[in-house]
Amino acid sequence: MSVEYIGFSEINGAFVAMEGVSGHFFDEIAEISLPGGQKKLGKIVEIQGDKAIIQVFDGTEDFDLNSAVTKLTGHPMRIKLSEEILGRVFDGLGRPIDGLGEIYGDSVRNINGAAINPVARVYPRNLIQTGISTIDGCATLIRGQKLPIFSGNGLPHDQLAAQIVRQASLGAGSAENFAIVFAAMGVKYDVADFFRRSFEESGALSRVVMFLNLANDPVAERVITPRAALTAAEYLAFEKDMHILVLLTDMTAYAEALRELSSVKGEIPSRKGYPGYLYSELASLYERAGILRGAKGSVTQIPILTMPNDDITHPIPDLTAYITEGQIVLDRRLHQQNIYPPINILPSLSRLMKDGIGEGYTRADHPDLSNQLYSSYARVGEVRALAAVIGEDELSDLDKQYMRFGAAFESLYVNQSRLDDRPVAETLRLGWELLGLLPQKELDRVSAAYLEQYYQPRTRSDR
Amino acid sequence: METTGEIYGINGPVLRVINCDDFHMSETVYAGPERLVGEVIGIKKGLSVVQVFEDTSGLAPGGEVRGTGKPFSVTLGPGILANIFDGIQRPLKMIERAVGPFIARGVHVSRLDQERLWETELLVKDGDPLLPGMAIAQTRETPVILHKAMVPPGLRGRAAQVKPSGRYTVADTLLTLIDDAGQAHELRLCQEWPIRVPRPVAAVKPVSRPLITGQRVIDTLFPIGKGGMAALPGGFGTGKTITQHQFAKWSDADIIIYIGCGERGNEMTQVLEDFSGLQDPRTGSLLMDRTALIANTSNMPVAAREASIYTGITIAEYYRDMGYHVAIMADSTSRWAEALRELSGRLEEMPAEEGFPAYLASRLASFYERAGEVETLDHSEGSVTIIGAVSPQGADFSEPVTQNTKRFVRCFWTLDRNLAYARHFPAIQWLTSYSEYLDNLAPWYRENVGEHFTDHRAEILKLLNQESELMEIVKLIGADVLPDPQKLILEIGRVIRLGFVQQNAYHPFDTYVPFDKQMKMMEVILRLYDRCRELVELGRPVSLLRSDGIFERVVAVKYNVPNDNIGLLDAYFQEIDAFYDRFAAAL
Repeated sequence: MSVEYIGFSEINGAFVAMEGVSGHFFDEIAEISLPGGQKKLGKIVEIQGDKAIIQVFDGTEDFDLNSAVTKLTGHPMRIKLSEEILGRVFDGLGRPIDGLGEIYGDSVRNINGAAINPVARVYPRNLIQTGISTIDGCATLIRGQKLPIFSGNGLPHDQLAAQIVRQASLGAGSAENFAIVFAAMGVKYDVADFFRRSFEESGALSRVVMFLNLANDPVAERVITPRAALTAAEYLAFEKDMHILVLLTDMTAYAEALRELSSVKGEIPSRKGYPGYLYSELASLYERAGILRGAKGSVTQIPILTMPNDDITHPIPDLTAYITEGQIVLDRRLHQQNIYPPINILPSLSRLMKDGIGEGYTRADHPDLSNQLYSSYARVGEVRALAAVIGEDELSDLDKQYMRFGAAFESLYVNQSRLDDRPVAETLRLGWELLGLLPQKELDRVSAAYLEQYYQPRTRSDR
Repeated sequence: METTGEIYGINGPVLRVINCDDFHMSETVYAGPERLVGEVIGIKKGLSVVQVFEDTSGLAPGGEVRGTGKPFSVTLGPGILANIFDGIQRPLKMIERAVGPFIARGVHVSRLDQERLWETELLVKDGDPLLPGMAIAQTRETPVILHKAMVPPGLRGRAAQVKPSGRYTVADTLLTLIDDAGQAHELRLCQEWPIRVPRPVAAVKPVSRPLITGQRVIDTLFPIGKGGMAALPGGFGTGKTITQHQFAKWSDADIIIYIGCGERGNEMTQVLEDFSGLQDPRTGSLLMDRTALIANTSNMPVAAREASIYTGITIAEYYRDMGYHVAIMADSTSRWAEALRELSGRLEEMPAEEGFPAYLASRLASFYERAGEVETLDHSEGSVTIIGAVSPQGADFSEPVTQNTKRFVRCFWTLDRNLAYARHFPAIQWLTSYSEYLDNLAPWYRENVGEHFTDHRAEILKLLNQESELMEIVKLIGADVLPDPQKLILEIGRVIRLGFVQQNAYHPFDTYVPFDKQMKMMEVILRLYDRCRELVELGRPVSLLRSDGIFERVVAVKYNVPNDNIGLLDAYFQEIDAFYDRFAAAL
């Protein structure tokens, strides 16, 4: 049924209200035609009897109360999908913007998706080797995981994400079934272009689907973009049996868009003005990663977010980390010491790591080794704090060994070139080599058998 | 009596319904053509407010809302254990069978398997008096749990038309209860109970025995009693979920209800996989056989998340009424509080702190107060223990959910980010955690583990505290300048932290440690401390004692003494004494 309505009763920011409506339903999509021939999309976000409040995705500039013609489409927001979407570029609402024409889909899907039934999931266990020591060694990425990168403005998160995409190997037999879904929310044109070029250089462009909502695109469209992208990812993974890596950047811009819309709607704010449902909204995106029983494909997510003021307790990183299966945290201090990637392992974590490493996956000593590196590096932090007070010379011999271990860990293990694709075995070898800088009795997290097999003390004179 | 209303307004999960003056508060309703499940949460003349437990997208104004006349309830009966439900007790496996891997809207499946036949033994005969809570029949629900069908609270009378023992489904009538007014009530293997009303008991008793979790930092340092309530607050990545999993796996409760409230889908999958493969160390049966899971993951509808906590506690009370000790793990109560906040916002209520509704504290209180050791209506003993995880925003323990929870619980186990960073797990910080149950439990300890338990525990905690204070000094001036007795405290503190407090959840036997082994490990460490102190008094420097490696050997006790051969610990006392003799002699 498509009735057309003329004019609005109210316009407020991205929202318009219409009265005297009938046959409308919650979440229905409306098409608004302006006198100049422009068409805009919106959706019904609140209903009070015959009054409908519509959130307009692409801006309400040049709207007036009388002239627009609104058609209710009778369906919720959906996009057309087929395998043709690989290699294509879409706007934030899923409309092609690369001039290559419409998608003639074999499937039309509601972009809101539906929750995966926990009993239909397969617990993810297959490691994705990224070739980056800090990730493979200490916070592994697992196929079907959602593992965000927590960064700050000016830190090389884009370069890191591009390197992960370039080097990620999903294991044997997955190369041909591998694709990337890239969703940009409120990022600068340069950033989107950086990713496009990086995909092009690695020859992956034909296996990338891009959804772009740039910094100057409408805010209301931004809350749709990740949903459109994840719908495409689910389609490719669960209907076309592909392994999909989804990059979402920047989640901070997404959350800020939600806040902006919430405030215009006059909702009661919770922490820092973000709406009370921020957690639910973020969860409705992040939980769309995973593996289904009986399906051949998988959806792995790497959301990127810039922590406002580098504050990890800010609601956006905080709520994200409560939903995602760990986080990779970039550190400004390491970056300023010219260490790339500047990953601080201490706050970084992969919750799925314990089941994807060790015997039968990587190597039996991997869990112990990684625990020991964490524990020793945590101690380095304490020793550095002490050294800052009493001076490095006054430290005990043991503490001095920790200082040397810390410096070597950062410059040899954390630090690697943007083109360096380190195999897991090399990462493990490097880990043991560094532990050699510490006396054996300090290594309380590794079992005696592994110490016997891998540990070689390296006193100062050997070096 | 069936009543109907008409949808007027829709705002997310909240509906405003007109023409429905006959609705009751908390009544179950079905909204729209897909019959989405909802609950009445507010009534004004001419306008009711309904929260819907499913996604409301697609609902249209004018749609019918049909009342059921019954409060929102769960169905209690055999088939709950070894099963996994969503927040409103729909079995997830049945939903999968009905609609595939994604949860669709408007799925109507029976809460309990209607076809399955249970081998039932009737326990009463015609004419027997029936009292509330009395068992009328029993069936083996799982290999370890005998399920008792009970007279629902509030009903009393005489039994009539009692069926013979045999195989029955949950829908079959087992007998008819004729009450004093002469009215007939059919009793079955299952009964309904409204989730927001606590099930009545004969008496609430003080907590008197510990819930043994096999986790040293809990059982020894900050114990919880059966029927107790505890909160487990911690920022992300501090190990709340793993700690809750450990409790669910190893606690000596008879039945575990695990509520995944607004948490990750993969975690629930993991619990399901793990528990279906792991054996209960006490019974040898599968852990899943004593467990029910309630999974309302973070992307499932928010109103069902709010309900999931009540669904879980009602199920727990039901098994308690059969005379079982039940423990609930709620992960996480913060998500439940946030669901309250979200719904409150949609209702345009006046917010209190950080947007949470003003009734947050009273809701939390009424939830935790449903814990307790009780005398059931049938005069047997049972208990419900609640362990609620709290996820404070920004790991800030001054936020409203943590603070309000702290007022109502008696155990507070704070998870510490710095311990987690150093991979010290469980990351329960001994300086800020506490348990108020020690006095309750002291008689039990005296009787079951010996006189010295409480003294040893106090000694261990004192050493940990002294170590922390010394570490403050060390941070400023380094350890070298401390006098030897204090250096010794640092060494022993380290032994306690690494060898006792820290516990490896992935180690085959360190994951669960029996209480008598915990006690003995404490004794070994304290013996080491006493002997070392004597040596220090004799003028032996700590650096010399350290060179022996005895500290490392005591730290490694947890990996070298298996749970089934605790006798091996005795050798450590001799080893420590030999160490003393060696160093006391050598000058």
